[in-house]
Amino acid sequence: MAGKEDLKLLGLPLSPFVVSVRMALNMKGVSYEYVDEDLNNKSELLLKSNPVHKKVPVLIHNGKPICESLVILQYVDELFAGRSILPTDPYERATARFWAAFAGDKLFPAWYGVVTAQAEEERAEKVKETLAAIEHMEVAFAKCSGGNAFFGGDSIGYVDVVLGSFLFWFEAVRRVDGLEIINASKTPLLAAWAERFGGSVEAKEAVPVTKADLAVQYISKFRAPAAAAAKLASSE
Amino acid sequence: MAGGGELKLLGTWASPWACRVRIAMHLKALSYDYVEEDLDNKSDLLLTSNPVHKKVPVLIHNGKPISESLVIVQYIDEAFASNGRSLLPSDPQERAIARFWAAYIDDKITASWKQAFSAKTEEERLEGTKQLLVAVETLEGALRVCSKGKPFFGGDSVGYLDVVLGGLLPWLQGTEALCGVEFLDAARTPLLSAWAERFGALDAAKAVLPDVGRLVEFAKVRREQQAAAAAAAKN
Repeated sequence: MAGKEDLKLLGLPLSPFVVSVRMALNMKGVSYEYVDEDLNNKSELLLKSNPVHKKVPVLIHNGKPICESLVILQYVDELFAGRSILPTDPYERATARFWAAFAGDKLFPAWYGVVTAQAEEERAEKVKETLAAIEHMEVAFAKCSGGNAFFGGDSIGYVDVVLGSFLFWFEAVRRVDGLEIINASKTPLLAAWAERFGGSVEAKEAVPVTKADLAVQYISKFRAPAAAAAKLASSE
Repeated sequence: MAGGGELKLLGTWASPWACRVRIAMHLKALSYDYVEEDLDNKSDLLLTSNPVHKKVPVLIHNGKPISESLVIVQYIDEAFASNGRSLLPSDPQERAIARFWAAYIDDKITASWKQAFSAKTEEERLEGTKQLLVAVETLEGALRVCSKGKPFFGGDSVGYLDVVLGGLLPWLQGTEALCGVEFLDAARTPLLSAWAERFGALDAAKAVLPDVGRLVEFAKVRREQQAAAAAAAKN
């Protein structure tokens, strides 16, 4: 029975990795203290808890830190009773781990590269990589869901949480660049899944609608210097 | 030797990732069909079993493929839980620590190693070796914490993290010849150096790991071939 545990989560409002951990903790019905970090002024606690990477999310349980979102997700799943986040069957677990790793190693750097690309050429390259990666995830959905609503089957599971935590960023990219990373005609299964996921209790609890707005602001602010420089160069 | 179904492993003799899986199979006393792939001429089986990455190792269990070495090792540990010892620790906190360092090895150690190995300029190589040495020192600290004075990352006996790092052992031992800096230095990283001796002496390691000399020669030839191909592509 998940009761009052000594749990503290260090995070950032816009980090999808932090969102995924919050989703998992909510799914387990476990209460925790949440602390927003300032990347330009990292807390002593963060530096002490994650000296290797100095990054969030960090989950501190009974004073002991756990780092790396996928490691934290599995830790939360194994430690707390209640609904399973990872599948129970070893082969299905392996499949879920494979796609969670793919989402983190291939899909994330690609779409984040679209956000942060300094030049148009670089952005175009990252868009290509993103769309190629999401094609793989479309195939993954067919395999993992077995015709059900989510990667996890009937209910939200590991891969749903990992990919689902990217959705508010995909919405922000759509608003700013007009780019649909998940597209109803190219990736119909994922488009339908994204609707279902977005409408779920789990998503609504962990991702307030304002997050996409904040992400849009982040993108605009991030690109402002380059845009200003380009404007200046073209007016000379 | 316990089977529990048909097991086939696609790998290459030089691949440290394939070595990891083979070591794990050995530790779990699993018999399997080993297929040596030619990476310049990948088999249909490899391409259909791992269409996303098209890489080795791939484990095929009763016709169903599993890719990515860390995923495969955890799969073997879970699917054959009754075979021998558990590779992952039983305590969730210790499991999280083992997974954290496995990710660190695959992200930081290999990235800086590759940079030092494939460097086109001396500046690049120095940057790579600098980062590699920082990573190795960090790993020395990890070993101190995880082993708690015992012989392996897993404590008294070989565990997940030992297997994860152990697959890379001949590459680590060849670092001086290939990258210009000693990875395992008894003065700088005494715990890791002692660990390397112990790991290398294991039956599983002796059965699976390639000879360092052979690996170094192979890597040098491969590096020259790739440099030549890159130069040719530019013209």
